[in-house]
Amino acid sequence: MNGTFTPALPAKTGTRWVLRRFAQHRLALVSAAIIICLAASAVAAPLIEAALGIDADAVDLFNRYGPPSAAHPLGTDELGRDVLIRLLYGGQVSLFVGLTATIAGALIGTCIGLMSGYIGGRTDAVIMRITDGVIALPVLPLLIVLAAIDLNKLGLPEGIVGSENASLYRIVAIVALVGWTTVARLVRATTLALKARPFVEAARAQGAGPIRIMARHILPNLASPIIVATTLAVGNVILLESVLSFLGLGIQPPIPSWGNLLTGAQETIWQAPGLAFYPGMLIFVTVVAFNFVGDGLQDALDPRARNRQSERV
Amino acid sequence: MPGDPVDLMISADPDITSQDAARLRTLYGLDQPLWSRYVHWFGSALSGDFGYSRLYAQPVWDAIIPALSNTLILLISSLALALAIALPAGVFAATRPYSLSDYGINLAAFAGISMPPFWLGILLILLFSVVLGWLPAGGTAAASGSEGFWNHVKFLILPIASLTIAGIGGHTRYMRASMIETLRQDYIRTARAKGLSEPRVVLRHALRNAMIPVVTVIALDLGVLFSGALITETVFAYPGMGKLIYDAIMGNDYNLALVTLLLATALTLIGNLLADVAYAALDPRISYTKDAG
Repeated sequence: MNGTFTPALPAKTGTRWVLRRFAQHRLALVSAAIIICLAASAVAAPLIEAALGIDADAVDLFNRYGPPSAAHPLGTDELGRDVLIRLLYGGQVSLFVGLTATIAGALIGTCIGLMSGYIGGRTDAVIMRITDGVIALPVLPLLIVLAAIDLNKLGLPEGIVGSENASLYRIVAIVALVGWTTVARLVRATTLALKARPFVEAARAQGAGPIRIMARHILPNLASPIIVATTLAVGNVILLESVLSFLGLGIQPPIPSWGNLLTGAQETIWQAPGLAFYPGMLIFVTVVAFNFVGDGLQDALDPRARNRQSERV
Repeated sequence: MPGDPVDLMISADPDITSQDAARLRTLYGLDQPLWSRYVHWFGSALSGDFGYSRLYAQPVWDAIIPALSNTLILLISSLALALAIALPAGVFAATRPYSLSDYGINLAAFAGISMPPFWLGILLILLFSVVLGWLPAGGTAAASGSEGFWNHVKFLILPIASLTIAGIGGHTRYMRASMIETLRQDYIRTARAKGLSEPRVVLRHALRNAMIPVVTVIALDLGVLFSGALITETVFAYPGMGKLIYDAIMGNDYNLALVTLLLATALTLIGNLLADVAYAALDPRISYTKDAG
């Protein structure tokens, strides 16, 4: 069936070529546009709130489960609050958690993977066994345990524990702590391959130390796989956050997130089915979009991948 | 919320004095340092005594066994269903790469992977319980007091469907990727050159080899499937391991929490072991002896 393949694009690098190849992946392009729109409207939530003349926290018990109307485009929730604005603020939280936790995890993973791969030997063996150990832990029960830890007993400064954003920091930390393994393994494998290449040897011959070789010679070559893996991970992290918040262990209710908006919605599914629909739809669209963008970036950054069909993400 | 069991009793009963609390802590051994409590637990666990569940007022295993069997029903039936749909779909897509049907299957698989598992459950409830009113929104036959086979099945349909749909996407993508890779091998060209029919090439020559990575992934994914089952159970108020783990952690039931988490980890490790064994069994070229590297 080789005849049906689209001919390989010239394997040119550089930002312009990457962007051009990315643009050929139409789904990825549309997805990127969707993500930008969602993020922009989430960030602009206070402006939209002001423009519509709605107060996000205003409770109106005479107007519970209101149908969509001019004042409330998507209706009102169990306390008479505007659903659209709550969704936008929830988007702020969910996207923030998704991005920061993924990036934090990727940073940890890159450092660990680089060290493990470059130093090699016994250090590598120990680090990789620890990584295997973290991977073998069942994620969800582990997350439930971590989310249930009483922060007051960890001796953290009161400013963090007592603030209303504590659940936000906590979830970012938790997801980063379990999410670094994929990037670590990827970076280690690539580093192992890279450090045997002549340009690393040349750098070493010129007297470059290990830190300089890792930072200046190996790290830039790791950029593409890390970017792809990180983009694909954002979707998963948003899913994880929503699951934890749905179970009541993630973002705590006064702060809305797409996950915890669904917690109450299941109980009121008979009165207000819409409440159970919109937040899930937004999670779904966002995660699909991030997955397509990741797919598109993979094609764009590593044009040979398409022919190799290495789709085992 | 977490702390120790006595903290919970204090918040539940305003009449407890600090002497009572201290006495209870001594009684439960909570005044001992953490390591000595763990050594004690580990010692008894080795001799088969996993302790008593404070929450369910039963020996730990008596609380776990009914929950575990409920969860296993859910896991096994949905895994079987998901594979029955995903594997043919993956092979179908792989034999027509970049065609319209391949595109459609890929898109559906992507959608399945990106679906929040609990939202899928909520959507199913919305459609089949709220709008159509055909199936119950959650619980089990025992809880509703009705008996009979259909009554049991009725409560299982939505949870199983939800877990199945959540699993199809990933398996389809693995199967497709692996099949495409296999169909490009030289021995497939040889088989075609011999004049074998296309179905025979795909099903007899390619499928067995293409299954090797897929089987591995399925075994490795047992832990993921387990997590999925926990979420599905929560949405459908299904009395399985998910509810047990959640209750144990939230209720500071140390004995129960330790054993349920141990079981969850064991399941993941068994999955890894199965993956290794299946790998060697399916592919005679792979051996775990030293010289094979």
